[in-house]
Amino acid sequence: MTTISETSTQQFDTKSPAYSLGELMVATAAREIKDGEVVFVGMRLPLIAFVVAKRTHAPNAVGLFENGVVRSTAAPELIYTMADPPNICGATQCLDMMGVMSLLQSGRVHLGFLGTAEVDRFGNLNSTEVHGPKGSTRLPGSGGACDIASLAQRFVVLLEHSRERLPERVSYLTSPGYGDGGDWRQRMGLPRGGPVAVITSKAVLRFADDGEAYLSSVHPGVELGEVVSNTGWKLRSAEHVSQTSEPSAAELKAIRDYDKDGFWTK
Amino acid sequence: MSKLLSMRDAIADFVPDGASVALGLQMEQMIPFAAGHEIIRQKKRGLTLIGPISDILFDQLIAAGCAEQVIAAWVGNVMMGSAYNFRRAAEQDGLKIFNMTNFTVALALQAGAMGVPFLPTRTALGSDVPKENHFFYQIFSPFTPKELLWAVRALNPDVTIVHVQRADREGNAHCWGNFGVLLDGVRAAKRVIVVAEEIVEPEIIASDPNRTVIPGFMVSAVVHCPYGAHPSPVQGYHNRDNAFFRQYHGQTKTKSDSDAWLERWVYSVPDRRAYMNQLGACRVEELDVKQHAYAAQTDYGY
Repeated sequence: MTTISETSTQQFDTKSPAYSLGELMVATAAREIKDGEVVFVGMRLPLIAFVVAKRTHAPNAVGLFENGVVRSTAAPELIYTMADPPNICGATQCLDMMGVMSLLQSGRVHLGFLGTAEVDRFGNLNSTEVHGPKGSTRLPGSGGACDIASLAQRFVVLLEHSRERLPERVSYLTSPGYGDGGDWRQRMGLPRGGPVAVITSKAVLRFADDGEAYLSSVHPGVELGEVVSNTGWKLRSAEHVSQTSEPSAAELKAIRDYDKDGFWTK
Repeated sequence: MSKLLSMRDAIADFVPDGASVALGLQMEQMIPFAAGHEIIRQKKRGLTLIGPISDILFDQLIAAGCAEQVIAAWVGNVMMGSAYNFRRAAEQDGLKIFNMTNFTVALALQAGAMGVPFLPTRTALGSDVPKENHFFYQIFSPFTPKELLWAVRALNPDVTIVHVQRADREGNAHCWGNFGVLLDGVRAAKRVIVVAEEIVEPEIIASDPNRTVIPGFMVSAVVHCPYGAHPSPVQGYHNRDNAFFRQYHGQTKTKSDSDAWLERWVYSVPDRRAYMNQLGACRVEELDVKQHAYAAQTDYGY
């Protein structure tokens, strides 16, 4: 397994970084959006990742929201849910769910974002129920997550990094990743897609051709061993594990102008 | 013919015990909380709750013991995460839950609306959501190539309750903003209750027919109830009361806390007017639309 270079380790060792972990995760998520792409924006952190991308490197990205909203501009002020009035005002189109889900199913959505309670080795997500030693915990459920994971051209996952939340195998498969690897998605009949990145509170995982996740970059200030020991399976890593790029001044400005009180990013 | 009823009469007449009730169809906007609270006050039992997501209304109906089953994609508190009564009912009290996805809720209602037994989809292939779930059945396309698909079973709610900006006395209703599964949920329903911020003359509705989401002939009752969607927002009428959702999260962690919450906000207030008085004029004013944004005029002339 490759280790991170000495110089960059020292650079990671900042006691009080100039940004929060939430800001780092949002900026990292925003960079997954390419300019001009059609993005299915999920609830919570992705709401702000879309805004940051729009205001920095992807001014021509188009946002689709499962309540039916299509936006070609960022919402003018902070939203807590996708149906908040500022996300409707100035929208390009207000469709219904069948309208946006049809666009998703017919392959017109490049990228979707998903939060989740659990993600496993092959990028499968669980947001329905967790079976642990202390019994079962009921979670809110799929919402549109299963639809986005099934039908978007690619998707990105955001979650906190812990052994419990990154098990070898999800206890309930809400949203399909690469199943048990290989050509699983094709065998299941899924038309396309799959996860391309898992952005955790410690690192970024990406996926090899066989569908298994590997460690791609480690966040500043995080030890490699900490990532491995907090992952529920033997995590493979890239030949050269890099450091996750810190948020740029422009990204931080976009985040702070928008999330003034740090509701999503503090 | 006027179908105007009080909220009390509308719920008493059209939401019997054991009914399947679709509500919260516009996702986080225009959730019919006032109707839900009246259902709780009238102690309806054995209900099946249907909706794509539920931003705390299902949690309240479950806390009050009204629900026997839930058919939904997501039940919680959108800005805060989990909803505690739903969790308790699922983990401890054996609440029957049919797990859906947002798209498959839309498809089930659309199939019901179209009068066909199912609609096919490619979503949820490989997912556990369809397992032991009678809303899903695996089929092959009858056409070449014979692709694998899920058939999603049609759903026809006994009653669909929607909150809109304005309606006339017959139930012809205008709504704008995001629709979610409003259109499918109304067409699939056996009965429809329309709750409106404003009751207007039929000429207002007919002046802009593209904005009409419900034709009155499908409607059983019309209820005039300003702020009936609080704490959820109504586009152009009032904003979302974010603090209320946050407080609900903090005030319903235990069963006894939830009972106290219901006592304060539901049982001890006879109707929406009393509820709004309790909320207080200052808070209501804070939710006012700060900057109006009117659409360009539309010319239907000929």
